[in-house]
Amino acid sequence: MIKAAADGIKEVTPPLSDADVASLKAGDRVRISGVLYTARDAAHARLFPLIEQGKPLPIEVRGQIIYYTGPSPARPGAVVGSIGPTTGGRMDKFTPALLELGLKATIGKGARSQAVKDALRRHTAVYFGAIGGAGAVLSQFVKALEVVAYEDLGTEAIRRLEVEGFPAIVVNDCHGGDLYEDGVRAFAREDA
Amino acid sequence: MEANYDLEPDMLRAFDRALTTERSAAGRQVLQTLKDNARMAQTKRMPYCQDTGVVVCFVELGQEVHLTGGGLDEAINEGVRQGYTEGYLRASIVRSPFDRVNTGDNTPAVIHVDVVPGATLRFSLMAKGGGCENRSKYKMLTPADGLEGVKGWILECVRTAGPDACPPLIVGVGVGGTFEKAAILSKKALFRELGSPNPDPAIGAIEREVLERANRLGIGPQGYGGDTTAFGVHILAAPCHITSLPVAVTIECHAHRHKEVTL
Repeated sequence: MIKAAADGIKEVTPPLSDADVASLKAGDRVRISGVLYTARDAAHARLFPLIEQGKPLPIEVRGQIIYYTGPSPARPGAVVGSIGPTTGGRMDKFTPALLELGLKATIGKGARSQAVKDALRRHTAVYFGAIGGAGAVLSQFVKALEVVAYEDLGTEAIRRLEVEGFPAIVVNDCHGGDLYEDGVRAFAREDA
Repeated sequence: MEANYDLEPDMLRAFDRALTTERSAAGRQVLQTLKDNARMAQTKRMPYCQDTGVVVCFVELGQEVHLTGGGLDEAINEGVRQGYTEGYLRASIVRSPFDRVNTGDNTPAVIHVDVVPGATLRFSLMAKGGGCENRSKYKMLTPADGLEGVKGWILECVRTAGPDACPPLIVGVGVGGTFEKAAILSKKALFRELGSPNPDPAIGAIEREVLERANRLGIGPQGYGGDTTAFGVHILAAPCHITSLPVAVTIECHAHRHKEVTL
């Protein structure tokens, strides 16, 4: 579900429908509340063969959001340690297959491949950016955390997070919009 | 450990300065969030970034110093083990690049030792993030490529790092030496106080020019577009072979965490 708040920021609550995703445009600021699943390199490397063999995954991805992150350990009494995004591009190889299963959004930082951008269009999905390196600030939006798969992977295990008002921005929408390309176009004064 | 909670004052000053010059509203918002993040990390004793890095340790070992009671590498790794475990810092190291099993305590560190005159022992430590390290690059230029070739290659590295490496960046450059020497210099260059130029005025001028040009690329904070793509370009140079012009570029993110200790 998505609705616009009074301050112009879009409130995003998974599960997301095609219509929800289609309403998002590159550059839109969002606040996400509800469930996020964390997965990064090692978890994707385990999910991918399962998808290829048509086996069930340890999490239901349909309509859901995957956050690319590996948090630092929580201090006693805290929900989580620092929890900012990792580079999304490293998951490019695995993302189209997850989108095909109905995953609606991913959160990371950094550019995605053309193949992923094409898959976002094809499957009506979106790539959000969270601020890389702002792991301490982002930790305050995480209200609950539970390891749901691959505990042996440590920080790379799949975790189910409950978040409230988690801030992000639409980097790649399902219409071909790309915040990074728009940003450089608007501000570049020199070609490298 | 402390380096992961407390960003150095030179970095905090760089955020403040950029907030006054950045034209992009989205860019200013990122910079403000990063400033807030630094404050929160400091007060909550929580790492600034969840990627608490690989520990890169440069040791200057005075030749009159005699170490007893165990190996130097062992002592450094024990320090890393204790610091990362007791400090609630993330274990981000795998024991082998092939089987990729996490060592669980962030060891081992990457250690470089130089033997120098004197009776002191100096450690320069950096917690180097992986996302930006992945964007570090090397190119063997030719003498004919010259200074313009070097400048062009550094800018190409910044451009291709783009939003992936968490700009605003600090760009460490090693020019000269050999393949491995240039790479080590590019890391050492990052220890210099941000904004202070290379003592050689000619190299200082190159740093200034490349920084200015990098900030005209438009990438901006987090790649959302803007004028603050890099906070600094630090170059170290070394003599090299008549055939060679090695240039290594270490890309460092705004989570620039380092500490120096002299014993």
